[in-house]
Amino acid sequence: MAARANAEGRALRPSAAWPAPAAPPPVRPRGRALRPAFSRTLTRLGPLAPAVVLLAVFMAAPIGWAVYASFTNEALTGVGAAGTSFIGFANFTRMFADPSFRQSLILTVVFTVGSGVIGQNVLGLLLALLMRGRNSIFRSVIGTIIVASWVIPEIVAAFVWYAYLNDQGTLNSALHFLHLPHPSWLYVYPMFSVIVANIWRGTAFSMLVYSAAMSSLPTDVMEAASVDGANAWQRLLRVTIPLLKRTIMTNLMLVTLQTLSVFTLIFALTAGGPGTASSTLPIYMYQEAFKFYQLGYGAAMTLVLLVIGAIFSLIYVRVLRVES
Amino acid sequence: MTAQTSSGILPAALRSFSVTSPRKGTATVITYLVLCVIGVLFLAPLLWLILASLNGNATLSASWPHPFTLGNFRQVLTGSTTLQPLLNGLILSGVAGVVTMIAATLAAYPLSRYQMRFKRPFLYIILFATGLPITAIMVPVYGVFVQLNLLDSLVATALFLAATTLPFAIWLMKNFMDAVPMDLEEAAWTDGASSMQALRRIVVPLIVPGASVVGIFTFILTWGNFFVPFILLTSQNHMPASVTIYQFFSQYGEVSYGPLAAYSIIFTAPVVVLYVLVQRTLGGAFNLAGATKG
Repeated sequence: MAARANAEGRALRPSAAWPAPAAPPPVRPRGRALRPAFSRTLTRLGPLAPAVVLLAVFMAAPIGWAVYASFTNEALTGVGAAGTSFIGFANFTRMFADPSFRQSLILTVVFTVGSGVIGQNVLGLLLALLMRGRNSIFRSVIGTIIVASWVIPEIVAAFVWYAYLNDQGTLNSALHFLHLPHPSWLYVYPMFSVIVANIWRGTAFSMLVYSAAMSSLPTDVMEAASVDGANAWQRLLRVTIPLLKRTIMTNLMLVTLQTLSVFTLIFALTAGGPGTASSTLPIYMYQEAFKFYQLGYGAAMTLVLLVIGAIFSLIYVRVLRVES
Repeated sequence: MTAQTSSGILPAALRSFSVTSPRKGTATVITYLVLCVIGVLFLAPLLWLILASLNGNATLSASWPHPFTLGNFRQVLTGSTTLQPLLNGLILSGVAGVVTMIAATLAAYPLSRYQMRFKRPFLYIILFATGLPITAIMVPVYGVFVQLNLLDSLVATALFLAATTLPFAIWLMKNFMDAVPMDLEEAAWTDGASSMQALRRIVVPLIVPGASVVGIFTFILTWGNFFVPFILLTSQNHMPASVTIYQFFSQYGEVSYGPLAAYSIIFTAPVVVLYVLVQRTLGGAFNLAGATKG
């Protein structure tokens, strides 16, 4: 998510992007100090109200409702629809005994590690390394292509990949032309297909994060290593990567959070299928809640996904820290 | 494939690198080759979209437009079934953008200017919330929308979209405000302005660029969102273009790919234009802006 990219971009260059820590408290004219404390608090907190209300109604309330609903048989059809009742931990015991849920958990890990942690992260780092110091026109052409695949809306990316991987699509036409095997990618290799599509879609983010970090690395260290006879490979492993350690950490967190919640791309490409072969947690949750109308069960899965997200988000907050 | 054989087909400008040292030259050529291959692999899926949109007889495979035509664009720009979704998207993202911009600017001011007891925990919660997967909470959001009878409401959906981008927007606005020097306001206060007057006359003009970035940003993020309107809106005449594109291409069989490709390009254009605009105006710290929020 671009949103976090910016927070990250800022964290990378403390002096330039982060404001000086702790702006001094305003020195107010003497007369104002005598105003009643209550009215002062109101002026100070009042502006926060719209944001707090929006977040309370649309973020906190749903999370609260999820906790409530996960202990009920809330449903849109059947018994749960007529009269909702508390069923204790039944949703959770059902969930952990549900082989489809366990499968979706495994597929989520495969998808997140394959397309995010390995795919986008490594390819992004590689691109940032290779692009450094290259011809600027060449760099902007390649950069534009990669960023374009990231800027276009997710549903358009899904449409583009649907066409690309289709039986009559560009890829299979090319493979056919070269007399190479041309399987029905989306049916035979659904997980592989969505992983590749998501690498295509998200690599730009990691590339931009790493390029920004590298442009602020001190060049003298690199020159010193070079003078001391380190070859390119040694310079990468011993100098560049250790210097980028913090950036790599934050990028991994952000990429994991983004990949964990990918829905549109998988839903539009394979809809979790064939069967349940590519239904990651968000897809499985959607199907249980909106196709089979089991809202209570879906809410229990929401909590699982939220907890996983919250753990990574907490690590991310710890890495970034608040400078206020 | 070795660098020697392939260097023959590269332009002279690239080959001249090998003059300095043969080994370094080989490495440079390999680097350019690898980058070219990655570039082609990334371009290949996109190429189809552009070629198909200009093709009178587009199929799912990329091929040179034959006949070359702008008819696909004309066709989707004249039908009301295709314009209504764009208008709905404009309402959703426009409302979300404006609401987020105002709420974030108001919230950022006290967070940037005053020392308050709960400020640090509040900022932690905001930062934490930027990391939460929005996809995860769609089931309970649907539940709450049902309870409050808000389902299929464009305004409520827009407000929810605003709330999803709000944590990051507040974070961004606070950093903008921190960059506006305090002494300007102090000078205004000494001259007898109230804190609200100082805000209106001094701070607001200085943070207009920042606030517009937040607004544009929200617009970009919400314009491409598919899952939220797909869940929260029910009637066909409320659906934004992201949902209609999905509906069109998931109808197997009788899809006319040319017009759909043209429609996708029209749908993508505003995001690309705004992205370039934000990047050109602010550059630097903002070159990471984009539209990937799922």
